[in-house]
Amino acid sequence: MTLLITVFAAVIATVKWYNREDDNMRLGILCFLYWGASIMWLVDALFEYAELRAAYFTPAPADMLNDAFLGFSVVALGLVIWLVRLLITDPKGSVKRALKKK
Amino acid sequence: MACFLVSAAEAAVVTAVEKAEEKKEMEMAEAGEVEVKETRIPLSRKLKWLTWMLWGGAGLLMFEHIWHGEVVPWFPFLTAVSNRADAIGMLQEMATAGVGMALLITLVWFVMCKAADRIIARDESEAVHRA
Repeated sequence: MTLLITVFAAVIATVKWYNREDDNMRLGILCFLYWGASIMWLVDALFEYAELRAAYFTPAPADMLNDAFLGFSVVALGLVIWLVRLLITDPKGSVKRALKKK
Repeated sequence: MACFLVSAAEAAVVTAVEKAEEKKEMEMAEAGEVEVKETRIPLSRKLKWLTWMLWGGAGLLMFEHIWHGEVVPWFPFLTAVSNRADAIGMLQEMATAGVGMALLITLVWFVMCKAADRIIARDESEAVHRA
């Protein structure tokens, strides 16, 4: 479930990056962040599948809920990392403009 | 247990290489030794893609390990280190899943770089045909 949610986040971020009008939002960073995590969870899932076989696809509802909760938390953490970096690098100069405003 | 550490270690090495390469490229451009082409993707930029994937993946996976109580904010930071059997299991996981993760990310990055080079080359040859 965590893998699935992260892959969806990666795909949405990539589509947004592809349709960008300029590079001000630095969406590429968000794409790399989510794709990196998705690839790592994919490998984790493959090892788990090799161990559990068919049982891998029938998780307990409580485990699924916990994994979904974790997946959304991971997506939120990724967004926060991206946003903090965006505000620090301030490519559009919005933060600088707001701070200089009297 | 600690599979993300392999990718984090690779990320640290690649970051150091990327910074050195960036410095080298800047020095060469300043000295006028190489012609700065807009149609070529510099190696430092490609390495930056890899560092973002590795740091991003390792960071988010570390969060998962914190979530599951495998990483703690006190020494020795990894709960598996506290007893010998768990420590062996952790090392086995790092050697299998951890190395697998780092290798797959590097492979995806390599394919991505090749694809990016081809896209740029295709664009360049189309421009030549149009001229």
